[in-house]
Amino acid sequence: MLLITCPHCGPRPEIEFRCGGEAHIARPADPANVGDAAWAHYLFYRVNPKGVHAERWLHAHGCRRWFNALRDTATDRMVATYAMGASRPDRGKLPGGR
Amino acid sequence: MRTKKTGIKRPRRRQVRDPGQRRGHNGASGTGQFGSTMHRFSLRTLLAGALTGHRGLERQWRSPEPQSAYQAVIVGGGGHGLATAYYLAQEHGVRDVAVLEKGWIGGGNTGRNTTIIRSNYLQNESAAIYEHALKLWQGLARALNYNVMFSQRGVLMLAHNPHDVRSLKRHVYANRLNGIDNEWLSPQQAKAFCPPLNLSANLRHPVLGAALQRRGGVARHDAVAWGYARAADAMGVDIIENCEVLGFMRDRGGRVGGVATSRGPIRTSRVGVVAAGHTSPVMARAGLKLPLESFPLQALVSEPVKPVLPCVVMSNTIHAYISQSDKGELVIGAGTDQYVSYSQQGGLHIAIDTLAAVCELFPQVARLRMLRNWGGIVDVTPDRSPIIGLTPVPGLYVNCGWGTGGFKATPGSGHVFAHTMATGAPHPIAAPFSLDRFATGRLIDEAAAAAVAH
Repeated sequence: MLLITCPHCGPRPEIEFRCGGEAHIARPADPANVGDAAWAHYLFYRVNPKGVHAERWLHAHGCRRWFNALRDTATDRMVATYAMGASRPDRGKLPGGR
Repeated sequence: MRTKKTGIKRPRRRQVRDPGQRRGHNGASGTGQFGSTMHRFSLRTLLAGALTGHRGLERQWRSPEPQSAYQAVIVGGGGHGLATAYYLAQEHGVRDVAVLEKGWIGGGNTGRNTTIIRSNYLQNESAAIYEHALKLWQGLARALNYNVMFSQRGVLMLAHNPHDVRSLKRHVYANRLNGIDNEWLSPQQAKAFCPPLNLSANLRHPVLGAALQRRGGVARHDAVAWGYARAADAMGVDIIENCEVLGFMRDRGGRVGGVATSRGPIRTSRVGVVAAGHTSPVMARAGLKLPLESFPLQALVSEPVKPVLPCVVMSNTIHAYISQSDKGELVIGAGTDQYVSYSQQGGLHIAIDTLAAVCELFPQVARLRMLRNWGGIVDVTPDRSPIIGLTPVPGLYVNCGWGTGGFKATPGSGHVFAHTMATGAPHPIAAPFSLDRFATGRLIDEAAAAAVAH
C-alpha cells in the first residue's frame, strides 16, 4: 500500500485515495473542429511510462480534494505531490507542464 | 492428463547441452517439424524415462546467438509471442523468425496468471476469438507433442444479487446464440457441481445461482510457453533470451527495417510486438503511443492440499477467482491496483479483499496458509478488449491490450496474429480488434463481461 502525502492533509494510506489517471491532459479547446484521430488521442491514448508519471489523485476519504502527484511507476516511489492546476514540478518551464 | 506431474519439467531448461551439439541456424530452409535434435514424447519414451527417473531429459530448445537478419522478428517471448512464432512457422512456412525476450521465456505474465480458460464472453467479436482459442486448446497438447495439462474441469461464475443473475443469464443466452456452451445453474445445482461452495443465507453476498461453462478449465501455464518454444524451435525459429529491444530502425519509406537490441542490431522487414504490460515502453521506442495503461494484477497460491475444489470458481461481484492446481495449491486471483505500475507487485490490501471473499465462499480453506503472492503487469485498453493488427508504421504489428485475461487466448491470439504478420492484413477474427477502432468508435466493450470488476 502506498503512503501518499496529500498536499492538504499530509501523509495518509492509499486506501483513503482514488487514482484519477494521467494528469495534464488538456481537453481540445474547440471539440467541434477536432478530427476523429485527435479526439481518440484525447480520450483514450495514454503515455503509460515506465518511470516518472504525472497523475491525478482524489483524497476521497479525507479532504475530498483533487491534487497531482509524480510517481515512479518502476518502483512505486512517490516523488512529489502538487496542487491541481500547477505544472509538473520536474518540467515546470514547459507550457502546460508537459 | 491431470495426473501427470510437471515437477520433472522444470529442471530441463537448466540442463545445458554440450555446445558442440548445438544446431546451427536453419533459416528459411529449416528442418521438418520435430527435427533430428528434438525427441518426440510418446508412451514409449515416458515408460523408458520412468525406469531411469527421467534423468536423461535434454534441453528442449536451442539457445542461439542472434543472426544479423530474419524474415520476421517477434518482440516478447511469452505465450502469445511464442505461439505467434509457432503458427508463423507451422501455418505460413515463415521459419526464419526470431523471438526476442528481454528476460526468460514465460517469465512474465505467462508464468504469473491463474491459468483460467473459458470462452463465454458477451460480445460477438470476443466470443469468436476466445472460442477460436478454446478450440485450439483442445488439440494443443497433441499438436505440440507436449503435455500442456489442459483440463476442462468447468468454470463456474457466481451470481450474488439480482443484477448478477440477469447479467449472467444474458451471457448464457448470448453465448448459446454464438454456439458456445454456457448454462444457468440454481444454487443447489451449483453446489452439486462444486460441493465445497457455501450456500448459507447468512453470507454477506449469498450465492443466487451460477453460470457454468463445462468446456472451460485450466492449463499448466509454464508448459504452454515451453511447448510452443520447443515446437517453434524445432521448425527453425530462434528463441533469444536476455535480449532487450532498444529501438526500431526505419528505411527511407518509413517502413520498419530492423530492431536495435541489447545483443546487437537485427535487420528485418516485419516486427510483431507482443510485450503485454511493457508494450507502451517498447512502442514508445518506435515513436508510437497507444491506448493502454499498465496495472499490477495480483495472484496467490496456498500450501498444497488434497483435492478439494473440482472446478474453477469465479465471482465478479465479490472479486474472487479460485481453482486448485494439480500440485494441490489453491490458485487465487486477486484484483488490479488502481494506479499505473511496472513494479510486478501490488498493495497487500488488494489480496486481502480477495482472501476475505474466498474465505466466505469456502470457509473450510480459511486456515490454509498462503505460500506466495505476486503481481504481473497487465496492459488494459479502454474497452477491455485486445488490440491485434497493424500500426501506423508499415511492417510494425502489435498484439497487446489483453488486460487481465490474456492467458486463455494464447493459442488463438498467436494464430490470428501470425496470419496478420504473414499476410500483412488482419485475420478475419482479428479484424474487429484493430487499433483504429478507438477513432472510429467501434469499441468492443467487455468491461462488464471480464472476470475482474474494473
